[in-house]
Amino acid sequence: MPLSDARARLLARAARDIAPGMVVNLGIGLPTRVIDHLPPAFPVCLHSENGIAGIGPTLGYDAADRNLIDAGGAYVSTLPGTSYFDSATSFALVRGGRLDLTMLGAFEVSARGDLANWKIPGLFTPGIGGGMELAQKARQVTVLTTHLDRKGKSKIVPECTLPLTAQACVNRIITDMAVIDVTGDGLILRELRAGLTVGEVIAATSAPLTVPDGTLPEF
Amino acid sequence: MRFPDKTATLHDAIAEIGDGATIMLGGFGVPGTPFTLIAELVRQGQTGLTIIKNDANETGMGVDHLLAAGQVRRLITTHIGLNPRAIGLMNEGRLEVEFCAQGILAERIRAGGAGLAAIVTDIGLGTELAAGKQHVIIGGRDGVVETALRADFALLHAEVADPFGNLCYAATARNFNPLMATAAGRVIAETEALGPLGTLEPGRVHTPGPFVDRVVPLDALTEEYAVVRR
Repeated sequence: MPLSDARARLLARAARDIAPGMVVNLGIGLPTRVIDHLPPAFPVCLHSENGIAGIGPTLGYDAADRNLIDAGGAYVSTLPGTSYFDSATSFALVRGGRLDLTMLGAFEVSARGDLANWKIPGLFTPGIGGGMELAQKARQVTVLTTHLDRKGKSKIVPECTLPLTAQACVNRIITDMAVIDVTGDGLILRELRAGLTVGEVIAATSAPLTVPDGTLPEF
Repeated sequence: MRFPDKTATLHDAIAEIGDGATIMLGGFGVPGTPFTLIAELVRQGQTGLTIIKNDANETGMGVDHLLAAGQVRRLITTHIGLNPRAIGLMNEGRLEVEFCAQGILAERIRAGGAGLAAIVTDIGLGTELAAGKQHVIIGGRDGVVETALRADFALLHAEVADPFGNLCYAATARNFNPLMATAAGRVIAETEALGPLGTLEPGRVHTPGPFVDRVVPLDALTEEYAVVRR
């Protein structure tokens, strides 16, 4: 399966975890594109760290408002009911428990749900932005990532080797190969991408995976 | 009763800033960044500055000019990923960078503005951002002490202002501006539009005039304020 197709399936699967009525923050990169897989007029409130709740469709440069961006710098629009606020209010929403779900990228996720996604020492030190608070405080934290890194190594690891964004914060991992839940009993394989076997996913995962009895759903 | 007129020229407002000052800069990316005040700071050339800003803008914009001119000694920020010069200077040890979680930076500024010494939070526990900071136990839970931030100056960008310094911000240009307005000894706001007293309906004022010391009306907006075509 071409990578772009596998990625589209990942995004479509992730979109199914967004329930009507949720307040959701989609992280920069892959997670932002989940929005393209939600039905039009789906009742969800998208939050962004720079001070907006109720993000509308992304706009091209000619239609853009220079003062209306999301935290990733994309030019976005408003919807009836959108609000703007300052940065303290924006993170009160996050830390105060009003954010139902965040979807974030990852360099590494551990078997315990530790997340590393902000720093590769000596190579990449952009700073943390709002990621630490999203990871620590959203009610549900889902990581969206390719299962393997560019060198073909598992991004789902027994222990993170990179500096952590937050400890034991991830609830679910959705990759181009599988849906995996992080539980008190470790990682549990929940779903497979169509066409893959359980053995292939286990072989691609360096952390231990528990496989429930019976046939796993495909996505 | 009349309110004082705080309008000032660009030159005079920035000339109050001395070498070694600590300066908060509003803005998150382009929206809310006081590009004109920053450009004047570059022109006047104050050095040894400590800058507090969410991000370091992008190449050729805002904070990047201050870095290029070697005016910044220390940067307190959340994210510099769009500014290769900032990352390079940091890696070479020529710029001291303190990273802070974004909402914690906001709260440190808010605490400074509200006359508080610090906040206590669990954000960053178990990560390198909590290393070296004072830990306390409150209600049986571990917390990190994050000290309040104040600055000598705050430079802000407003959409509309009146001469007393009541300010309104546009859309996502609000971000850190109203917080920084409360947390500096001298607050200088540039504004796209300046109207007479009464321009802003009292209930719609974002930053109340008593927080603001200087209002600098902008004649025209430079290219830096425009939509960035990446």
